[in-house]
Amino acid sequence: MEELLHLTKDDFAEKTSAGVALVDFWAGWCMPCKMLAPVIDELAKEYAPRGVTVGKVDIDAEMELANAYAVMSIPTVIIFKDGEEISRYVGVQPREVYAAALDKILAGDVDAAAETVSPVKD
Amino acid sequence: MYDIVVIGSGPAGLSAAITGRMRGKNVAVVSNDRTATGLYKAAKIDNYPGMPAVSGAELLGKMTMHAAGIGAELIRGRVTAVLPMGQEFSVSYGSEMLSGRALILATGVAPASTFPGEERLLGSGVSYCATCDGMLYRGKKVCVVCHSPDAEEEAAFLESIGCEVVRLTTRKIVINGDMRVTSVTADGEEIPCEGVFILRPSIAPSTLVPGLEVSRGHIVVDRKMRTNIPGVFAAGDCAGAPYQVAKAVGEGQVAVLAAVEYLAGNQ
Repeated sequence: MEELLHLTKDDFAEKTSAGVALVDFWAGWCMPCKMLAPVIDELAKEYAPRGVTVGKVDIDAEMELANAYAVMSIPTVIIFKDGEEISRYVGVQPREVYAAALDKILAGDVDAAAETVSPVKD
Repeated sequence: MYDIVVIGSGPAGLSAAITGRMRGKNVAVVSNDRTATGLYKAAKIDNYPGMPAVSGAELLGKMTMHAAGIGAELIRGRVTAVLPMGQEFSVSYGSEMLSGRALILATGVAPASTFPGEERLLGSGVSYCATCDGMLYRGKKVCVVCHSPDAEEEAAFLESIGCEVVRLTTRKIVINGDMRVTSVTADGEEIPCEGVFILRPSIAPSTLVPGLEVSRGHIVVDRKMRTNIPGVFAAGDCAGAPYQVAKAVGEGQVAVLAAVEYLAGNQ
C-alpha cells in the first residue's frame, strides 16, 4: 500500500519535517506491535489522502532512529507536526485515539492534540 | 476467532467459560500460572455451597476439569495487551495472539500498589513484558522484579538475548530516573540499570485495556457485569469485593450471559 511508508534513517527527517506525520515504531518480535499493524494500515488509508504522512519504523533495522526519539517501549506511536513531536502513545491504543489526535491537529488545534499516553493505570 | 475470550482462570473465568460453552459459544480462557494465588494456596474454604472444607487447589482443579471437559480451550500465557478493534478484540499473550468477539476480564484482585517511580517511568524503562520490550535492552543491564511464578522464564529470556539481569524479589523497590530509568533501589541498595521489568502475576486491567473505566482498584461494572467498553465484561475479584468464590462464580455466569446477549445483538 503506497499510503503507508516504511521509514529509515535516510528519509525520516525529510518525510516528517513538513505537515502532519504519524509514525509507528515497531518490531517483528513484538506481538502487540503486530496487533496494532491493521490499525496503522487503516489510519494510512484514511489519513494519507488528507495529507498526513503515515509511516512505520522497524526498530530492529533502525535502532539509531529508536534511540534518537527515545523509544524505550514498543509499540510507540509519535505524531509530528512540521518535524516537532506533538503527542506520543506508548502501548497499543484503539484507532479512535490516534484518529482523534490527528483530527484535532488537522483542524488547527495542536494544543488539544498534545498528550503523552502511557499504558493507563488506576 | 473465538466468540468469547476470557482472561483469567479463577472461579469467575471458569464459570463464564462453562456457561458460555453451554450456550454453544466457542470460548478460550487465557491465564497465567495461578499456583501463587491466594485461592490456590488456601488450605480450606468453608463457605462454597456443597463443598465444605475444600482446599482452594481442589476447588480450582474441579472447576478447571469441568470447563475443559465441556470444551473450553484453556491456554496458559501472560496477557500483555488487549486491543478493541470494532467488532473484535485482539489479545496478545507471550509471543502469541488470539481474537474474540467479546471479552470477559476475570483477572483477580488488582496488585496492591505500584512502586515509587513505576507509573511515572512506565514506557520509559519500566516494562511489564520481557518478550515485548526485551530486545530494546539487548546488551544492557536490567532489573527483573520477580513477583510471579513465570518471572524466572522472563528473566532467562532476557539473559538469552544478552541482557545483564539482576533478579529482585524484595517488595521494597523504588525506581529512579528523570526522563528514563537510571537505577532501582532495592532494600536500600541502589542498582544502576537501564530498564526494569516488573513481573507480577497479572498486568492491571486498566493497563491492559486502553480506556477501561476503573475505580479504587476495581473495574467498574453494571449489574450485567458490563464495563464501559461495549463487548467487554468483568467478573470476580477484579470487579470488586467481597473476594469470595461463590460471588465470583455468580458474576462469571452473569457476565457470559450478557456477552451472549451482546453477540446476538451484533449479528
